[in-house]
Amino acid sequence: MATQGKIKGAEIIMESLRKEGVDLIFGYPGGANLPMYDALHKYPDIRHILVRHEQAAAHAADAYARVTGKAGVCWATSGPGATNLVTGIANAWMDSVPLVCITGQVVSWLLGRDGFQEADITGITIPIVKQNWLVLNVEDIAPTIAEAFHVATTGRPGPVLVDIPRDVQQQLCEFEYPDKVDIPGYQPTVQGHPQQIKKAAALIAEAERPLILAGHGVVIARAAEELQELAEKADIPVITTLLGLGGFPGSHELYQGMPGMHGMYWNNIAIQEADVLIAIGMRFDDRVTGSLKDFAPKAKIIHIEVDPAEVGKNVPTAIPIVGDVKAVLQQLLPHVERARHDDWRNWFREMRRDHPSIAIPETEKILPQYVIKSIYDRSPGDAYYATGVGQHQMWAAQYFWGDNPYSFVTSGGLGTMGFEVPAAIGVQFARPQSTVWSFCGDGGFQMTMEELALCREYELPIKFAIINNHFLGMVRQWQDTFYDHNLSQVKMFQPDFVKLAEAMGIEAIRVTDKAMVPTAIDAALQHPGAVLIDFHVEHVEDCYPMMPPGVSLSDTIDQPPVAQLQEALR
Amino acid sequence: MSGRLHTIVALVENRPGVLNKIASKWRQRGFNIESLTVGHSETPGLSRMTFTVDGTTNDIEQVTKQLFKVIEVVKISDVTEQETVARELALIKVSTTKETRSAIIEIVDIFRAKIVDVAVDSLVVETTGTEDKVDALISMLTPYGLKELVRTGRVAMVRGGTSTVGAPQRNGQERHFKPAGEGKPKVGSLI
Ligand SMILES: Cc1ncc(C[n+]2csc(CCOP(=O)(O)OP(=O)(O)O)c2C)c(N)n1
Repeated sequence: MATQGKIKGAEIIMESLRKEGVDLIFGYPGGANLPMYDALHKYPDIRHILVRHEQAAAHAADAYARVTGKAGVCWATSGPGATNLVTGIANAWMDSVPLVCITGQVVSWLLGRDGFQEADITGITIPIVKQNWLVLNVEDIAPTIAEAFHVATTGRPGPVLVDIPRDVQQQLCEFEYPDKVDIPGYQPTVQGHPQQIKKAAALIAEAERPLILAGHGVVIARAAEELQELAEKADIPVITTLLGLGGFPGSHELYQGMPGMHGMYWNNIAIQEADVLIAIGMRFDDRVTGSLKDFAPKAKIIHIEVDPAEVGKNVPTAIPIVGDVKAVLQQLLPHVERARHDDWRNWFREMRRDHPSIAIPETEKILPQYVIKSIYDRSPGDAYYATGVGQHQMWAAQYFWGDNPYSFVTSGGLGTMGFEVPAAIGVQFARPQSTVWSFCGDGGFQMTMEELALCREYELPIKFAIINNHFLGMVRQWQDTFYDHNLSQVKMFQPDFVKLAEAMGIEAIRVTDKAMVPTAIDAALQHPGAVLIDFHVEHVEDCYPMMPPGVSLSDTIDQPPVAQLQEALR
Repeated sequence: MSGRLHTIVALVENRPGVLNKIASKWRQRGFNIESLTVGHSETPGLSRMTFTVDGTTNDIEQVTKQLFKVIEVVKISDVTEQETVARELALIKVSTTKETRSAIIEIVDIFRAKIVDVAVDSLVVETTGTEDKVDALISMLTPYGLKELVRTGRVAMVRGGTSTVGAPQRNGQERHFKPAGEGKPKVGSLI
């Protein structure tokens, strides 16, 4: 179905995006994508959001994709525009987020000659994309974009990049969009192997201490309902990884919180005690497993995972099931027997009573945990949260016991500081009617704070909570704990965040007194526009529980062994 | 890397950038590719690659799985444990004098190798065989003075009727792959 007559390559890009149902692009213009900007005004149904730095375009599109389940789209010019996307692409790669990046490139006859603003972005991004393409013919634009969306969104999702020289964007061609993509080397498995499914059901039926460890795959596959059904039917406690948060309702009696380096103490021990571990849509990251040789010594592991390369990568599995998490759970459910595991449930109750991992001490000081928990407690149930990376991220995860599967947006695999601001922007665009909080580190915030300007420009009512400990907190904690208190380059001059916000046209509040915490949060929630709250929290507060790197889950430390350490530092 | 030499055969789409992506996956895991050959396969548009890599079976399996995720890799398998025919081709330029020439020709004959070029002071010998055979011939010729040596590295094929890593079939029909360079050049990152 070709359009009437020939149109420019840049218009073909826009037509293709329209075919893919894209209505939002985060981008930044430059010499090599000028034809795309020239075409933009003809497509009023596709909104372009002008970021202040291309990294933010990638992060915002990434967060938008996490919340909506659709591919996020960002674009940039060649050279520095393209390389500025790289951190965002790597972030999406590590967290399996469908992100479609379109970069302008120098004109094709200058390729490989170091022309002005040339960067070999398809070469640069090879290890951090599912696939990339350099399009050298205008006829190839539409089929390539179709392939790009197909690859980004199917199987294990991930980022893709399409690089298009400026002259190709200007060439004329008829627009014809393929209605089907068929790539011989790319046929993701969807259904699980029926034999494996039966074996898994049999193993679950035998289990006395079964444990479900759910990851990002549950959220990505939109399989929260199926997971809940499985857990309830076989009475299995559920724990979720950092990226799996929300994949199971936090308020559910079977839910036990997060395991891992800063996870709940009881969960790390539970993994070591479980006899059957049902790992769903997760990849046994070292932040979850601790020392691999000591991981889950008593458990037979069932691993449900869409990416065959993840099976057996880090831990040996008894029953691997390769397939889409939702499809596999649907297949599995009818075979699973109803069961009760009262003793095991009791084990959790007692552990949680004896090890109150995230109890907040009574004090007049403003503890960062207290601020974060207060925000959760006072915000509506359908609020969304984006975080940066560091201590505040871990606290945000520890105290997140929400029910909305897509409401906790964080940089898990790459751990990208600076994600908090653009991610919140992406979330707010995805959910214009919802409350969106951005938990910011005072360090991470300074990496992407230029994007605050967008809140005013696009009227985004984001609530920024700077958990301001005047330190690169997580690094400070590691230097204190593992480098003999040698605090090196973790304290920096701080701008006046309140004035800064005001300069960006945003309301701002500074909180220096514990009594102000709830009032400031409520005021921010009631304010129709964006608000920044600069919470001056305790400078030295360590994040616990903690499993030191390289040790076994069994060696998790529930409470700080060195409370005196904090005194010593005052 | 402790382990042994593995032979891996892959069927890949013949596009720019494929070799780069494959090499990149090995590099990321710290493997050294011992040898690598690429050439057209029986299916237009698809190339067959043979590479040899040193490592444990488990490590190699991990990388092979990662390689299968490269979109252009249609099939891939480690054929080390299978009955294969494995061959290598070498061209050896060896110094000659009037006195040594006939002795060299004798060695070449014993190895059923061929002389493919003759000059006043050198010969070019061509040989095909297992790596052991090629090694042996080279060591026999070395005393005469090697001027230049080039080896292709291993190519391998599983014995018997089945194809090593055959082109995928659908509904009993060979699928069509568009070769790069035929018609409109297809997209891809540059090698
Ligand atoms: C881009 C980037 N650079 C460096 C790091 C290493 N790093 C991890 S946590 C951290 C400190 C973060 O400080 P801040 O944003 O103030 O958050 P806090 O830990 O104090 O909550 C650093 C530097 C990182 N994760 N990302």
